[in-house]
Amino acid sequence: MRSLYRNLAGLIGFFLIWEGAVRVGLVPELFVPPPSEVLATTVDLLGQEPFIRDVIATVLAWAIALGISIAVAVPAGLVLGSVAWLRTATRAIVEFLRPIPSVALIPLVLLVVGGGPEAKITLAVYAAVWPILFNTIYALAEIDPVLMDTARACGTSRSRMLTSVALPHAAPFVFTGIRMSAAIALILVVSTEYVAGASSGLGNFILEASSGGTNMDQVLAGTVVAGVIGYLINDGLERMGRRMFRWNEAVGEAAK
Amino acid sequence: MTQVTDRATRLRSQAAAGISGFARNWLVFIGAVAVWELATRLAASVFFPPPSQIVTTAVELWFSGPASQLFLSETVFDHILPSIGRCLGGWAIAVVLGVGLGTALGRSRTGMEYVGPLFAFFRAIPPPTLVPVFMVLFGLGPGMQVATIIFGAIWPILLNTVDGVRSVDSVKVDTARSFRTPAPYWIGMVVLPAALPKIFAGLRLSLSISLILMVVSELIGSLNGIGHELISSQQQFDFPLMWSWIVLLGILGYGLNAVLLTVERRVLRWQPTRNDDG
Repeated sequence: MRSLYRNLAGLIGFFLIWEGAVRVGLVPELFVPPPSEVLATTVDLLGQEPFIRDVIATVLAWAIALGISIAVAVPAGLVLGSVAWLRTATRAIVEFLRPIPSVALIPLVLLVVGGGPEAKITLAVYAAVWPILFNTIYALAEIDPVLMDTARACGTSRSRMLTSVALPHAAPFVFTGIRMSAAIALILVVSTEYVAGASSGLGNFILEASSGGTNMDQVLAGTVVAGVIGYLINDGLERMGRRMFRWNEAVGEAAK
Repeated sequence: MTQVTDRATRLRSQAAAGISGFARNWLVFIGAVAVWELATRLAASVFFPPPSQIVTTAVELWFSGPASQLFLSETVFDHILPSIGRCLGGWAIAVVLGVGLGTALGRSRTGMEYVGPLFAFFRAIPPPTLVPVFMVLFGLGPGMQVATIIFGAIWPILLNTVDGVRSVDSVKVDTARSFRTPAPYWIGMVVLPAALPKIFAGLRLSLSISLILMVVSELIGSLNGIGHELISSQQQFDFPLMWSWIVLLGILGYGLNAVLLTVERRVLRWQPTRNDDG
């Protein structure tokens, strides 16, 4: 209970310092409005339909992108993790593709697929695939050989080994990968909306609000909403992971 | 004597395996580029120029300077070096702040309770959304870019450092306390080495974030830099040029990560259970 009070005290303290800094004139109010104003704007915006539509567009694009990433990366990781020669053969290509910062592809993707929702989903998928893929491959490489040998000695079939030994072992690692990817996908979706001036979305809202340079309260309100979405996603996945993998001690260890 | 020869043979076989693995990787890589070349020549799409054309453009763009500048062209000095400088500069500041604050907060029992939720929230904010705020505060230019990079890169380092500092073995804590180890030694020789693996995991993540934010901030508001050149080549529909910037960013990402990994392996060599997969 006491930690909850301290959490709240920290948050309130931050807002008071911010409010004070603006009121005293440390930062110009035109550039950084005080939190009271930002919060009022946030509440106001949450009641407006166009804003809600932007938020939904962003969250929907994020969810689709994460879904596609999982559907692509988990099977690919399982195949690459269990077939050694395929892993060596693709290694150079993967090592070359992965370090390209996904945002470097924004201009290319805009040209090839246009500025619609497809663009942000494509870029988010490109960025979100890697953590899931690597964590899946890593998990399969780390299976305790004793487990595999025991299963084999009991005459377990190959498919049964995959479903009953390999998958349960890999699941917590894969889930950690998904959690990392969820955060990255959100960053990419918002960035693309912001850079490309997509037709809808939170990033686009911030871009339009900032274009005049006078609506900083709206910009910050959009930022706060984006932060809250990111926080809820991360917190929700963390809780889910803790519930699902209560039996596993390695959940924290896999966070690399 | 036998031990020495044993070691020599083992080293030799390791070296041989390393070289053959290296050669195989490069063979696959060259094969992939050949397939790429063939596919783009057959498809003949303007958006996807063949790699040979990209390389010619890139070489002309970067290595056409006079011998006094090591054949590096003006582009390198006007755009590439400033970009790398901002990326690494912002990252370095984030490292200092993150490790420093993280160590302090990790040592304090109640400190994290006050700021934990706040930091979790800050980390969840997609950093590009703060670009407009930094833009009005610092203007168009390096200040805004470095501020964006610091804000994006600091959280993984800070939170990982807190985690690492907290996970110091309780036996070590008690031993050091019973010897009345002075605080500077205690931090420098017990806490930080124990936290290093976690810190390095945060460093790697934040380095790639720095590179991403460098590009984003230059795409949005900059007068020079790799991202600025990337978007202006797209607006001029000069696709080989655009691709050479994309390839350069790939090389940069690969190179920075490789350097950091090498440093990490050297620094953490004493760790008994170190896997090289990371």
